[in-house]
Amino acid sequence: MNNNATPLAKRRYIIAAVVVMIVSAYVVQLFNLQLMSPQYRDYADSNAFLRRTLYPARGAIYDRNGKLLVYNRPTYDVMMVVKEMKQFDTLDFCRTLNIDISRFYTLDTDMRDRRKNPGYSSYTQQLFMSQLNVEEYGLLQEKLYKFPGIYIQSRTERQYNYPGMGLILGYVAEVDQNKIASDPYYVRKDYVGKSGIELSHEEDLRGEKGVEILLRDAHGRVQGRYEEGMHDKAPVSGKDLTLGIDIELQAYGERLMHNKVGSIVMIDPKTGEVLCMVSAPTYDPVLLTGKSFGNNYLQLENNPFKPLINRAVAGTYPPGSTFKPTQGLIFLQEGIITPETHYSCYGGYPPLGGRPGCHAHASPLAIRYALATSCNSFFCYGFSGMLSNRSKYATPGAAFDVWRDYMVNMGFGYPLGVDLPSEKRGFIPNSKFYTNMFKTERWNAHNIISIAIGQGEILATPLQIANLGAMIANRGYFYTPHVVKEREDEALEKSYTTRRESGINRAHLDIIVEGMADAVTKGTCRGINLEPFIQACGKTGTSENPHGDDHSLFMGFAPKDDPQVAIAVVVENGRSGATNAVPVARLMMQKFFMGEIPESDQWLEATIINRDIRPYAYTRNLPASR
Amino acid sequence: MTYQGSNEIPEKGKVDKLTVIFYLFFVLLGWINIYAASFDLENATGLFDLSSRAGMQLIWIGTSFLLAFALLKIDTGFYETYAFLFYLAGILLLAVTLLVARDINGSHSWLIVGPVRLQPAEFMKFIIALALARVFNSYTFRLMEQKNLWLVAGIILLPVILVIAQSETGTALVYLSFILALYREGLPGGFLFMGIAAIIYFILGIRFSDEQMGALSKGEFITVILIIIFSAAMIWNYVKRIGTTVIFLLSAAAIFLLAFPVSLFSVKIDWGMVAIVALLFAALYLLFHFIRYRIRTYLYIFLFLAGSFAFIESAEYVFYDVLQPHQQMRIKVTLGMEQDLSGVGYHVGQSKIAIGSGGLKGKGFLNGTQTKLKYVPEQDTDFIFCTIGEEHGFIGSTAVLLLMTIFALRLFRLAERQTTVFGRTYGYGVASVFLFHMIVNIGMVIGITPVIGIPLPFFSYGGSSLWGFTILLFIFLRIDKSRRRN
Repeated sequence: MNNNATPLAKRRYIIAAVVVMIVSAYVVQLFNLQLMSPQYRDYADSNAFLRRTLYPARGAIYDRNGKLLVYNRPTYDVMMVVKEMKQFDTLDFCRTLNIDISRFYTLDTDMRDRRKNPGYSSYTQQLFMSQLNVEEYGLLQEKLYKFPGIYIQSRTERQYNYPGMGLILGYVAEVDQNKIASDPYYVRKDYVGKSGIELSHEEDLRGEKGVEILLRDAHGRVQGRYEEGMHDKAPVSGKDLTLGIDIELQAYGERLMHNKVGSIVMIDPKTGEVLCMVSAPTYDPVLLTGKSFGNNYLQLENNPFKPLINRAVAGTYPPGSTFKPTQGLIFLQEGIITPETHYSCYGGYPPLGGRPGCHAHASPLAIRYALATSCNSFFCYGFSGMLSNRSKYATPGAAFDVWRDYMVNMGFGYPLGVDLPSEKRGFIPNSKFYTNMFKTERWNAHNIISIAIGQGEILATPLQIANLGAMIANRGYFYTPHVVKEREDEALEKSYTTRRESGINRAHLDIIVEGMADAVTKGTCRGINLEPFIQACGKTGTSENPHGDDHSLFMGFAPKDDPQVAIAVVVENGRSGATNAVPVARLMMQKFFMGEIPESDQWLEATIINRDIRPYAYTRNLPASR
Repeated sequence: MTYQGSNEIPEKGKVDKLTVIFYLFFVLLGWINIYAASFDLENATGLFDLSSRAGMQLIWIGTSFLLAFALLKIDTGFYETYAFLFYLAGILLLAVTLLVARDINGSHSWLIVGPVRLQPAEFMKFIIALALARVFNSYTFRLMEQKNLWLVAGIILLPVILVIAQSETGTALVYLSFILALYREGLPGGFLFMGIAAIIYFILGIRFSDEQMGALSKGEFITVILIIIFSAAMIWNYVKRIGTTVIFLLSAAAIFLLAFPVSLFSVKIDWGMVAIVALLFAALYLLFHFIRYRIRTYLYIFLFLAGSFAFIESAEYVFYDVLQPHQQMRIKVTLGMEQDLSGVGYHVGQSKIAIGSGGLKGKGFLNGTQTKLKYVPEQDTDFIFCTIGEEHGFIGSTAVLLLMTIFALRLFRLAERQTTVFGRTYGYGVASVFLFHMIVNIGMVIGITPVIGIPLPFFSYGGSSLWGFTILLFIFLRIDKSRRRN
């Protein structure tokens, strides 16, 4: 039978043509799927890979003498895989975890609630209960074989060796949404430094997360490692930090400031390292770890004395008379006065009818004696002389801006750049500020005379005041104060090792130092005279406070030659500088130089520690029920 | 009665080597990909481990080779002689299976004899092919005689009904692929055309059934326009009057064109009604020509037109009221009406992800993650092509697709060189079944055809399927071997 001759035989070509058409369409579809649709690869990756994060150990923190302050302690989370749970003795489980049955059901419901736990799957490990301590962990571990589907996951928690310094160290907590949005390093549930060093040195401390790529099936069950872990990355531990802070000194300062509000800052002028930074009241950092974080945080936040504010960097005060050395330096540098320029004081500033007032001392007087006695009138004369000097400056405004530039160079008016969060800039006005305030350019020194004695609009942080002490101690320059002295395997940032010049000649500083030395030996702050051991220099301050008693301030350094330490003390409502700030500074100096308080001064220590001068201003607006 | 084929006649009495090489190659590739698809990362087993799927497949492959060898030993006359007996036995077996089979995943198609589980429906393919070949081989047989048409339809439809009753709709559809063999043996192209038209009507009608255009749904509206165009094409093809065709088309178009300017004057036009009017006009036009010129073709075209409209009207009813919701869902997902990535669409979605993630060169042998981690369902049976696509990429999957196509075309060529109608019809049956499996299976995996659970020949895991195809192919190779030569 010869079928090739029949017309039907032609149909094989039709069939072949149709087959070729269909197959071509399939090839086009394959081309489309495999070469033109990169999204499928992404889908596949998110489908099959489980990127399990390996958390690095957070860096430890040591004090300047190598004492361990902050480290990590393991805590344990109870994880549950619902699909694997069978023959489960709930009662025994509850007993082991030391919870009652209703708590068990609450935890269980919370875990399964997709609103609270969006990643819930009955096939994968889910967090059932967090932060078991070692004892609870031990108990559960022993009985774990009885509870199929229960796993323990270890995590670390910050642990502290000393109960103070919470404000400097800061705390860590779960990362918030803003941080996740701004830094791709973080994902939900990560822990991140929230304040203090934990925040400012987050990138040093956190280390680098590692990742382990696991393969999982459609139910989320882990099937093994992807390519034998070839693409895994081991975590890199965080860097250890060594602080400039001496924990003994710090703890002692916190003890002295008990029941007071204020701040003590001590700086090593040679390096800018912060030796102690007390902000009172403070809190025990342990409060902000573990299960009771939430409650404790709320309590601290509601505390009327605001223990969560680091007053050393975020508290701003009128510096009062501690400001006077800066004025003397500017007037000398600008040639407004010479060391021999004498002004008269008659218990007040004569051109303004005795305002601002002054106290009894010899008159007329020169700069050195004016510092020792803290004469207001002298500095008012100087300030007025500078602003009205038309031969040197075009206008009082121009003179004022020169003045301001010196202030800024001496570390005022802007944040110093300490390695702690939320540092305030204080306030040093410029001429424009007053032009706006008086609504005219025709203002003069007498309109703003209180500036000259560190009152009026002037504001400074205790750190800035301490830094002034360091600048004078160094005779004209300072290093940006910093809390962290050393980072593991990495140098400090350049800004902390670079000298910042004040622009004042050393000769002028020598005169100011003499004045401050006189203040200690025969002037306003005789209370800190530690001779013959140490020759200290200082300046008291009493800053007027509209909300109550004056704040008591002290700024100084010691020894006079080859200074080891600069200090600033602020005691809110502590009245005159000599009343509270000077004794606190004296005790801190003794602690610093001698390691302990000599017997002769122990009465003073006891008096200061027991003194309760918590300002009424913080509590007066609270409901009476307190 | 002389052979006029090409000069590539193999030596007398030799099995067609190329086909056997293709067969061996496909089976080997299938086995390797089954190993890859069922590869368990945690407890990797060897290729030859009998407890694994690949190991089991090796047993099926070994027995298939024995089977193939045995089949080549049997005389061709045997198949021809006992074709009807086979058919009777096959039908009985299907019926018995239907009665005794336990429910396995909703299917009643498995016959369990001791340790062996078999699907008789798989073996029915070669039996139907043999029966058809035997019928066509009768000396005086002419397909277009009514008696013969009924006989052929019966041979195909009886097992179709039994297999549908076993809930193996996919396999039942496979049997319908024999229509391709019928086409070669003289079934008028119009039948095939009507089949294709029905599929197009159905797809368009259902796809756009949820939008109304006045009296008709959007799907019906499009279908009506298609009916008019098809009718015009038929006038041109069968009556061969180009003038009449043009007038027919233009007058239908004129009705729409008349309605269009009216709609510009913000008169709300019921486009559905316009389409009905156009269709009615077309119908009257055909009837008029039939009565006027006494050409019966016009009547047939009129019947096609009326039948088409009736079909699309009933299709919607069948789709929404007769089909099960899950069947509706599968079709809807395929037509892109539903995006159901976790339900029915999940399978296709995951399968597309697996293939799409393969890229140009693929992830490499045993490196596919999607198939291995059980994202893709049935990854070593119906969705085995996913593993190829994922691990061997565009190059691998296209190569396999093209090789299978060449194989199918080779089968058609072998069928054409047969010297008996029996051999040719059987050959066409084999090629049609293979082609249908390939097109539907790969189409399903790459998201073109609906999810119909039929295996990829020689690749998919499973004894029944491999045995079924081996028998189908090697009977044909035996027939080819003993064909008459000059």
